[in-house]
Amino acid sequence: MNEKLRPEDMSREEKKPLVHLDNEDLMPLPPPLDDPAKDHKWAPLSAQAREKFECLLDDTCAVNVPHPKTPEEEKELLRKFLSGLDKLFTRENNWTFLQPLVLTMEHCAKCQTCSTACHIYEASGGNELYRPTYRSEVMRRLYFKYVKHGGLLSAWQHGDIQLRWPLVARLIELSYRCNLCRRCAQTCPIGADNGLVAHELRKLFSQEMGIAPKELHDRGSMLQLEVGSSTGMNPMVVKDNVAFIDEDTTERTGIKVETPWDVEGADVLLIHNAGEIMAWPENPGAFALVLNAAGITWTLSSDLAAYDAINYGLWYDDAQFARVAIKHAEAARKLKVKKIVVGECGHAHKALAVIADRILTGDLNIPRESSMTLLRDIVMSGRLKLDPSRNDFPVTLHDPCNLVRLMGVVEPQREIVRKICPRFREMWPHGVDNYCCGGGSGFAIMSGNNFPDWRFHVSGRKKLQQILNAFSDCLGPETPKHVCAPCSNCKGQIRDMLAYYGMWEKHRILYGGLVELIVNAMEDVKPGYIQWEWH
Amino acid sequence: MTAIVYVVILGAALVFVIGSIARAIRYARHPIHLRWELYPVPHEEPHRVQHGGSYFEQVNWWTKPTRFNLFGEVRFMVPEMLLMKGLWEFNRAMWVRSFPFHFGLYLVIGTIGLLLVTALLDRVVPEMMVGTLGIGLHWLYTVTGFSGVILAICGAAALLHRRLTAEDLKTYTVPGDLFNLGWFILAFGCLLAGFILKGPDSPGTVTVVQAILTFDTGVRIPGLLALGLALAALLLAYIPFTHMSHFIGKFFTYHSVRWNDQPLRPGDRIEKRLAEYLTYKPTWAARHVGADGTKTWAEVVTTNPADRGKK
Repeated sequence: MNEKLRPEDMSREEKKPLVHLDNEDLMPLPPPLDDPAKDHKWAPLSAQAREKFECLLDDTCAVNVPHPKTPEEEKELLRKFLSGLDKLFTRENNWTFLQPLVLTMEHCAKCQTCSTACHIYEASGGNELYRPTYRSEVMRRLYFKYVKHGGLLSAWQHGDIQLRWPLVARLIELSYRCNLCRRCAQTCPIGADNGLVAHELRKLFSQEMGIAPKELHDRGSMLQLEVGSSTGMNPMVVKDNVAFIDEDTTERTGIKVETPWDVEGADVLLIHNAGEIMAWPENPGAFALVLNAAGITWTLSSDLAAYDAINYGLWYDDAQFARVAIKHAEAARKLKVKKIVVGECGHAHKALAVIADRILTGDLNIPRESSMTLLRDIVMSGRLKLDPSRNDFPVTLHDPCNLVRLMGVVEPQREIVRKICPRFREMWPHGVDNYCCGGGSGFAIMSGNNFPDWRFHVSGRKKLQQILNAFSDCLGPETPKHVCAPCSNCKGQIRDMLAYYGMWEKHRILYGGLVELIVNAMEDVKPGYIQWEWH
Repeated sequence: MTAIVYVVILGAALVFVIGSIARAIRYARHPIHLRWELYPVPHEEPHRVQHGGSYFEQVNWWTKPTRFNLFGEVRFMVPEMLLMKGLWEFNRAMWVRSFPFHFGLYLVIGTIGLLLVTALLDRVVPEMMVGTLGIGLHWLYTVTGFSGVILAICGAAALLHRRLTAEDLKTYTVPGDLFNLGWFILAFGCLLAGFILKGPDSPGTVTVVQAILTFDTGVRIPGLLALGLALAALLLAYIPFTHMSHFIGKFFTYHSVRWNDQPLRPGDRIEKRLAEYLTYKPTWAARHVGADGTKTWAEVVTTNPADRGKK
C-alpha cells in the first residue's frame, strides 16, 4: 500500500517513483477476469530505462526524459519550465486556450466531484496520483506562486509547492497519465477542466522545452508533415496500398471496388486515419464500396498529410495541430470539393471539425462533417439493400470520446447499428457519458518501455469491464461477439487489450469498425465480409 | 464607532461590486479560444439535447437553419443555480453540505433585497407600510433572513467538518479554505446572535438599513450585531479576490467554454477577432515551433518544420 500522497510530494528529491500499483490494488473486473492473482504480472520497468530516463512517477515511463547531465543543465530546464509556464498565461502565446485555462486555475473548489468520473482514478483503485485534481492542484499552486507571483498570503490561500527538477520531471510524466477524455470536466459543478490542465502542460513541455513522446512528435506529427503520414507512407506507397485494398475488397465482396484519387470537384473529400490502411484495410475497402454503391462523388487526396486524418498535435502542441489541420483544408481547397468527410477516427473528427474551426478561416473554411452522419443517411435512405440477419451476433458499440462527449455525434452510429445488428446491446454508461477506451490522447500508439502494461491494467480497465458486462449473457466461446469501435485509436487500444487478456481465444470477442458491419449486411455482397479471425 | 461600521459596510459593498466587475471584465477580455465544448449542450434542438447530440449529427449541417434553444438553457440553468443539480447527481455527500450553505446564501441575498425594498417603501410611501404589505414584508424578510443565516451556518460547519475529516478533501485543503469557511460561520453566527440577543430598545432591522443607507450615525446598533454586519461586509469584499467568486467564473466556464459551439461563419465577428490573433507573435522556444518572436502565428503555422532540414 502506498502512503498518502500530497501535491507537495511531487517535489521529493528521492530518485524513486512516488507510487507502485499491484494487481490487488486495482478496481476488480467481472468474470472471467475477477481473480487478481490470475491477472498478468506487470512487466517491470527495465533497469536501463531507470538509469537513462527520469522515471520518478509510477511503474512506467511514457516520455523518456533523459536525466540532466549537469546542475547547469538542470537549472536551464527549470528556467525553461518557468518561462513556458508564464507563456501559457499570455494571450500572444496561448490565445488558443487562455480563457478556459485561467478559469480552471482560479475556480476549482477542490470538492473532488470529478474524481469519481475518472476511469483512470477508479481503475487504479483510487490511487491519489491519478486523481484528476492531483495534477491540477500542482499546476494551480505553480500558477499562483510563479505566474501570479503570490507571496506568503497566496501560499496560505492556495497552498505552496517547491519548484525542483524532480517535480518538473514527474509533471512531464503525469501529463501523460490522462486520456484527455474530459469526463471529469463534464461533472464539475463549476466547469473547471482537469483534462485541459493535462493538455496545457503537454503543450508547455512540447512548445517550450521540446519534450514530447516520440510516438506523438518525431514519429507522429513530424513524420506526417515530412512524408505525409505518421505511418511513414508517402503518396506513392499509400496509392499502392489502397490499390491492393481495392483488389482485395473486390475479391472478398464480388463487387468491383475502385478508390478515386485527387478528383477535382468531387462532392466529398474522404480522409481516413491512415492507420486503417495499414492495420485494418477492410475499413477503407468498405468505405469505398459503400460510397460507390450509394452513388456519391468522392475522392481521396494524395497531397502531403491529406491522406492521413490523424492530427496528434491535438494532444500536445498547438502549432503542430494547426499545421496539420491547414494541410487537410488546403488539400480540400485545391480539389474544390464540397466538403471534407472524416473517416472512422475520433480525434480526427474533433480536430478538424471542432477545434480547427477557429483556425481555418477565409477560403480554408471548407465544410467538414462526420462519416457517421453520411453513413447514417446512406443506410437510412434505402440506397443499399441490407439484410440484418447477416449481422446476427451480439454487437456492442464503443463511443469514442472525441466523437460523442466532445463533438455531440451520438445517434447516427446508433441508428445504423440498431437497423443492421439485431442483437445490439449498449454498454453502460454510453453516449456522452461513455468511458474512454484507455488509449485516448495518444496512449494507443505509445508502447515504449512497459507503458502498454499500464494502459491495459489501468487506463483501459474500465472499458474492459464495460465490454465484459455488455456480453455477460454470452461470454462463452460458442457465441462470436463484436465490439464496434468507429475510431482507429480506440480500435487499436481495444485490439491490444483484448489480445492481452486472451478475449478472442477464450471468449470469441472480436472488434471492428462501423462501416464493415454495413458491408457485412449488404445483400449484394458475398456473405462473410467480417471474417471471424483475429487481426 | 457606528460610523466606522457604516464605512466598512458601504465600502465593502463597493469593493465587492468593483472587484466582481473587474474579474468579469478580465475574463471577458480574454481572446476567443479554440472551441472546447462539452456535450450535452442544452441550447441544442430539444430532440438532440435528450441524448447530448449536436448539429454535427446532420448531413450538410452548415446548410441547416440554426436555432438557439433558450428554453433548453434556462431549463438547465435554473435547477443548476438554485438546486445545484450537478452536485446532487455526481457528489451527493458534498451536496447535502453544500446545498444548505449556498441556498442559505441565496436566502440572505434575497433578504437584503427585501430589506432594501422595505426601507425604500417605508421612506417613500410610509402609509402603505402600516397595513398588510408592511407586515407581510416584515415576516418575509424575517423568515428568509433567519432561515438563510441558519442554513448557511449549518452548511459551512458541515463543509468545514468534511474538509477536516474526509481523506479526499483533507489532502487538498489549505489554511485559506478553513479560514474562508470559518469566516462565514463567525460572521453569520455574530449576525444571528446579534439579532436574537438585541434588546427591546434596539432599532428595528429596517431602521438599521435606512441608517446605513443614509449614513445616520444617530442610530445605535447593538455591538454584537454591528460586529456581525462588519464581518459579513468584509467577507463580501474578500470574495471577488478568491476562488469563491465562482459565481462569476461559472458563467464563463459554461457559456464561453462548455456550451460555446458557435461555428465560424465567413466574415463574422469571430473571424475578425481571429484575424487579429493570427498577427500575434508567439515566443515559444522549442525549435520545431519556429517562433522567434518576429513571426506571427499565421506565419508559424503555415511553416512546415519538416522542410527546414531539407534546405
